Amino acid sequence: MAAQPVLVPEPAEALPDLDLGGDQGLLQWISSVDHKQIGIMYLWVALLFMLIGGVEVLLMRVQLAVPKNTFMGPEIYNQLFTMHGTTMIFFVAMPAIFGFATYLVPLMIGANEMAFPRLNALSLWITFFGGLLLYFSFLAGGAPDAGWFNYAPLNQYNYSFRPGIDYYCAGLLLAGIGTVSAACNFVVTILRYRVPGMGLKQLPVFVWMMLIDSFLIIFSFPALNAALAMLLLDRQLHAHFFDVQAGGSALLWQHLFWLFGHPEVYIVILPSFGILSEVFAVFSRKPIFGYSFIVGSGIAIGLLAFGVWIHHMLAVGLGNVVNGFFSASSMLIGIPTGIKIFNWLATMHGGSLRFSTAMKFAVAFLVEFTIGGLSGIAFAIVPIDLQLTDTYFVVAHIHYVFIGGTLFGLLAGLFYWFPKMSGRQLSERLGSWFFWLFVIGFNGTFLVQHVLGTLGMPRRVYTYPDLPGWGTLNMISTIGGFLMGAATLLLVYMVIKAIRSGPAATSDPWDAFTLEWSTASPPPLQNFDRVVPVRSARPFRDLKRPGDADWLKPGKKEGYHEREQSVD
Amino acid sequence: MAFIYFSLAPGFRQQQLAALDLRSTGGFTALLFASSFTYMRAEASYRQGAPGRLKGWLLATIGLGALFLLGQVREFRGLFARHVDIASNTFGTSFFTLTGFHGLHVLAGLVVLSILVGRAFAGDFNQPNLSVLSAVGIYWHFVDIVWAVVFSVVYVLPHFTHFGS
Repeated sequence: MAAQPVLVPEPAEALPDLDLGGDQGLLQWISSVDHKQIGIMYLWVALLFMLIGGVEVLLMRVQLAVPKNTFMGPEIYNQLFTMHGTTMIFFVAMPAIFGFATYLVPLMIGANEMAFPRLNALSLWITFFGGLLLYFSFLAGGAPDAGWFNYAPLNQYNYSFRPGIDYYCAGLLLAGIGTVSAACNFVVTILRYRVPGMGLKQLPVFVWMMLIDSFLIIFSFPALNAALAMLLLDRQLHAHFFDVQAGGSALLWQHLFWLFGHPEVYIVILPSFGILSEVFAVFSRKPIFGYSFIVGSGIAIGLLAFGVWIHHMLAVGLGNVVNGFFSASSMLIGIPTGIKIFNWLATMHGGSLRFSTAMKFAVAFLVEFTIGGLSGIAFAIVPIDLQLTDTYFVVAHIHYVFIGGTLFGLLAGLFYWFPKMSGRQLSERLGSWFFWLFVIGFNGTFLVQHVLGTLGMPRRVYTYPDLPGWGTLNMISTIGGFLMGAATLLLVYMVIKAIRSGPAATSDPWDAFTLEWSTASPPPLQNFDRVVPVRSARPFRDLKRPGDADWLKPGKKEGYHEREQSVD
Repeated sequence: MAFIYFSLAPGFRQQQLAALDLRSTGGFTALLFASSFTYMRAEASYRQGAPGRLKGWLLATIGLGALFLLGQVREFRGLFARHVDIASNTFGTSFFTLTGFHGLHVLAGLVVLSILVGRAFAGDFNQPNLSVLSAVGIYWHFVDIVWAVVFSVVYVLPHFTHFGS
């Protein structure tokens, strides 16, 4: 049958200051309200801060390489681990996620722009300047030194009289405002600007995950912003929210922080789940197995994320009932996550797999994230948590979920969508080098930290005594860290080389399924003139194989498991 | 949230009952609620195509909101005179933060409403473009509803409950 062209939903007003004719260079980037340029700038911001955060952690690993090291003192060390955590969460993970989402969400739903293009630009710049403000603290007399969680009373003036914590509050408040406004933008864009024919059941999984993610942000970030404002009042106007001597409560900070902080870890993992669902399906040449289960478990994670924050506080002593409840809900949240893992395994099962670099990272994700998930379940068991809390086991766990989970997902996304974003192919040979270097370095760094934690090495210490095994394990960890550092430099080299002189990419190099691949690489300023008709979750594939389209199979739900008939 | 958290602590309720004047704040609360209705009238007159009445109702809304803010300033001054401020104790801390942030939102609303009035006098609302008006309306009603919650929890409930005393 003849394909009915579909008109593209577009914001009602024309965009300001978008002159197609003249190339204004850098000024055009700075003043841009185009979601593609903003997405790419988000990614550059993430890369910049990732290099800074990486340098910080390598300095820390040098200090920890041998026992009783005197490379740096405790004050610098405290600032470094605080800045490392804060940077990596707020100025690497979040901008990277928003980079992909800002770039891809309108393309994937067949729209030409985000719902609020100027708000989109504001979100980017306010996040970036929040990061700059945070780093200005180094020049203003000392960076924040109370950990990225910034617990009271360490964050109080009596314990940290240097202005670092004030910069922490101001910087994260700015970035937090940017984050919430970006999330609102995504919700409106996804709900209002889908191309006709694309119901919620035809949304690509990545867009679904960003929708859930945006709601999580809207509900959790205000808790952090409120806590930061309260802390600023405490420090600047001598209010007593967290000041125990004056009747305030140090626990209140922990409650507010983890009420934000626990959903936050799902905020940074859900987009990776979405990216991986796209990557697994395309590189297995099969539809995603159990589309509705993938989406449903994402929603379940989103809801449960708000019921588990106290598992960061099991060692505080809130009583057996509270601990039991949150221990149970923390184990419960493992179920939807496990469902996803099995869905991806089933997607690969029987597919014709292509092990490009993106797919390699996706498979590595399955292994590393499962390790991280299992060590997380260990903390939901209160007696184990009491034993392991504040040891290197925790450090190993968070890095397995943040790097092995979030970052591997983002890297898979980078290798998958780089041709679309730049019009150039990344080198698969260097990509393979990067992959193995990074994975070996990552496991070398953090696998041994499980052992260190079980041996009782506390986290956040700047040095440690020469106990049997500690020196050796820490040296292995440091070497692994430097391997990851080398891999990161290789990645930067690869990206810059590919942008400068990489082979040109076609509009659809991976034989992919979703709408963003139906436009040119890189897409023109106006994404689409006409969009291919959407009647299933894989509209672009339907167009390429009209005889085998998903919507031709009545009685089968979208994305239901099926063997791919035509193999090219 | 912090206010409720602290209100469970001993001694809090006495400070609260002693410091706050339910009656006068109740009056200003009524003014704020009234401003929601004047705003609804403003939207209605816009739909009826009566820009003259629209301006009048908008001005009334601004006036009522400003009166509410003046009432808050008066209350804050009275509390400061009795040495109740943000640094005095947890009641002061949570009270001034909570009501202060609400007042800030009222102020922001007044600024936006003034812009609306300016546009109305510039003749901007002759075309059917209701989205600005309804967006501001949602914000203004929201600020009102939040105050309804704050007022009940901070001013009214301590007179009727006994926890924490």
